[in-house]
Amino acid sequence: MKLHEQPIAKDLIAQHGLSDEEYKKIVEILGREPNLTELGMFSVMWSEHCSYKSSRVHLRKLPTTGPRVVQGPGENAGAVDIGDGLCAVFKMESHNHPSFIEPYQGAATGVGGILRDVFTMGARPIALLDSLRFGQLDKPLNRHLFKGVVAGIAGYGNCMGVPTVGGEVVFNDIYSQNPLVNAFCLGIARKDRLFKGLAAGIGNPVMYVGSKTGRDGIHGATMASDAFDEASEAKRPTVQVGDPFTEKLLLEACLELMDKDLLVGIQDMGAAGLTSSSCEMASRAGNGIDLDLTAVPRREPGMTPYELMLSESQERMLMIAKEGKEAEVLAICKKWDLDAAVVGRVTNDGILRVRDQGKVVAEIPAKALAEEGPRYERPNAPPPYQEHLQALNLDILPDVKEPTAALLSLLESPTIASKAWVYRQYDHMVRTNTLVRPGSDAAVVRIKGTNKAVAIATDCNGRYCLLNPYVGAGIAVAEAARNLVCSGALPIGLTDCLNFGNPERPDIMWQFILSIEGIKDACEAFGVPVVSGNVSFYNETNGLSIYPTPILGMVGLIEPADRAVTQWFKQAGDQIIVLGATRDDLGGTEYLRVAHHREQGSPPLLDLEAEKALQACVLALIGDGLVQSAHDCSDGGLAVTLAECCVSSPVHRLGAVVRLEPNGLRRDALLFGESQGRVVLSVKSSVVGQVLKTAEKMGVPAVTIGSVQGDRLVIDVAADRWGPGCRIDADLETLFDRWGKSLERTLEQE
Amino acid sequence: MKAKIHVTLKQGILDPQGKAIEHALDTLGFKAASNVRVGKYMELDLAEQDKAKAEAEVKAMCEKLLANTIIEEYRFELSN
Repeated sequence: MKLHEQPIAKDLIAQHGLSDEEYKKIVEILGREPNLTELGMFSVMWSEHCSYKSSRVHLRKLPTTGPRVVQGPGENAGAVDIGDGLCAVFKMESHNHPSFIEPYQGAATGVGGILRDVFTMGARPIALLDSLRFGQLDKPLNRHLFKGVVAGIAGYGNCMGVPTVGGEVVFNDIYSQNPLVNAFCLGIARKDRLFKGLAAGIGNPVMYVGSKTGRDGIHGATMASDAFDEASEAKRPTVQVGDPFTEKLLLEACLELMDKDLLVGIQDMGAAGLTSSSCEMASRAGNGIDLDLTAVPRREPGMTPYELMLSESQERMLMIAKEGKEAEVLAICKKWDLDAAVVGRVTNDGILRVRDQGKVVAEIPAKALAEEGPRYERPNAPPPYQEHLQALNLDILPDVKEPTAALLSLLESPTIASKAWVYRQYDHMVRTNTLVRPGSDAAVVRIKGTNKAVAIATDCNGRYCLLNPYVGAGIAVAEAARNLVCSGALPIGLTDCLNFGNPERPDIMWQFILSIEGIKDACEAFGVPVVSGNVSFYNETNGLSIYPTPILGMVGLIEPADRAVTQWFKQAGDQIIVLGATRDDLGGTEYLRVAHHREQGSPPLLDLEAEKALQACVLALIGDGLVQSAHDCSDGGLAVTLAECCVSSPVHRLGAVVRLEPNGLRRDALLFGESQGRVVLSVKSSVVGQVLKTAEKMGVPAVTIGSVQGDRLVIDVAADRWGPGCRIDADLETLFDRWGKSLERTLEQE
Repeated sequence: MKAKIHVTLKQGILDPQGKAIEHALDTLGFKAASNVRVGKYMELDLAEQDKAKAEAEVKAMCEKLLANTIIEEYRFELSN
């Protein structure tokens, strides 16, 4: 048998994104030169996207274990125990590069991919969330990308009948050429029925199920690992088109096959398609796979083994069935109108052997592809501009003169403004389990057949991470947890989607390593394990990198489900209490960007002990049924938080009258500073004493600042010996108009 | 001048709509139909009388709006 037909030209190696060193290693592993198909397979599996070659040594530091962890990182998705014999299966993944090229299809296939990751585990998906980053909407390209991505998410999720219940959108010009599209999915599975990507059982049939294979996204995985330049606008590769109706059939077929106990292992054909699914399943089980491409269902004639192995056609699964059950599997797939075929067998020699028309066309040790890719401990160093970024002299910035105007301009900043324009396009009620819809701190979804609900929040402030990656990433964890706690949920697990620039640059690597450390320390403090995740590097265009953006998706448990709390005020007469301390935290705030056009300074202080005490206190108060509303204080500070409490309810608007003591703080820091570890509660006046006592007992600063009343938001700042008092006074109509309608207005300006 | 514009998916791009139609044909008994591809046909009137200029104009319309050139291709005829 002669595998290698012609020598691989040097430029072909470079075109495949492999370094000379990496190529040498391939020759060493094979004991010969690879042929073109093999080169393609190595290049996708050893790409950053599939091999995590720059990140793996650092990701190991993250805490991944805990009493609730059923499945940690390394599988299609992570799983945590939620009692009643059930577990929550979830993961978040990026689809940044494809969404920049074709926003609708890029986002749609991102949603499709994350859904498959979850139902591959045997879980029925019950909730989707999306964390998005775009450039400012004054540029037509950004509006085009934003609209396309939102439509793509809606199109796919709505067709699948899985509700999109939340997420976040942040706008900053740093994302103009590199939008971020991170899709999160959560499903529920029986704990004793979790499926894994294992090619176990020598002789078991390897089966292909789903859409036919076409020439879709060939080299998508290597594309996602390349920085964009002007030329890539032209060399656009074939874009994958999503087909949610087929995905829905695939979901039902997979769950039925699992239910009937016909499968040993299963994996989604995502990035690097047939190559990654076959070699990873074989490698995890320590086995090999003998694959015959002749049987692979195809959409086009004349496809080469190279194309078949590298195609990223969507809505496909590779399954290991139990021996002798082939006919049953095929019958069920036929019932669901899906293509299916036996395409190989599990072998005991550890080799991924690929045949086409009776000829062996590739023969590679599965482990070498899946696990023995290069690992880099890349050099890292803080960027030279870091000191300049952190230097912020507040003395040269005048304190706020017109606080009402400042509040209104913050409310209409698209990052803070209501995202109703976005989530109105999503079906967030399908399956009728959504207890808290988009628009509150966290989404809450009931788990049918139990008295429990899961709460989900995604978070990351990229600007904080730019200014101090360690603190910024820690704050992302703290804020995600705080969002969950405000909805009455106990945080139980986390997935991360780490979006960074080019890891071959020491400053980017420095940001990445510090972010990991920040996530690690915060997760350890809160006792929340990381159970799944994804890394997206090379988010840079023409040398300009995005802000480090480690987006976190955190999951919490609410029991009983009717304990869920929302962020908006409920009733006139309720008292407003602020938990947590307000400091001079103006660095990196949205206020500084909007009012002074600066993205500078040190991010707010993160005091993990104080944060833990605060969150325990909020949970205890909600547990005792004392809380009417709870809202995390974040972007835009206390004033924006209060305004949102007044106008973010889908059913009513309520005013408030508040008086704040500055205690020596600048007025802008008091009103708009983003001190962490704060929550705004509203409680019935009869329980104020009890609430304050509980807070004191738990060591959490608490102060009653006013009450829910009238049809205006009035915030009086008292005079002190450092300055005169000031007042914010706005009617609810104006507040709502600026906060609730600005996104729509911006998008209609064309 | 009238422009007749055809916009179709590029070769090799998955066409879920075509797939659905093919499936429906099949269930109606039209077993011989395969590789169904769906596209768009548009007509529009142009004020421009110069053929070369009109061609450039329609091309610009296709590139900017009528076709998503990342996944679609277009062709058109002009007639008086």
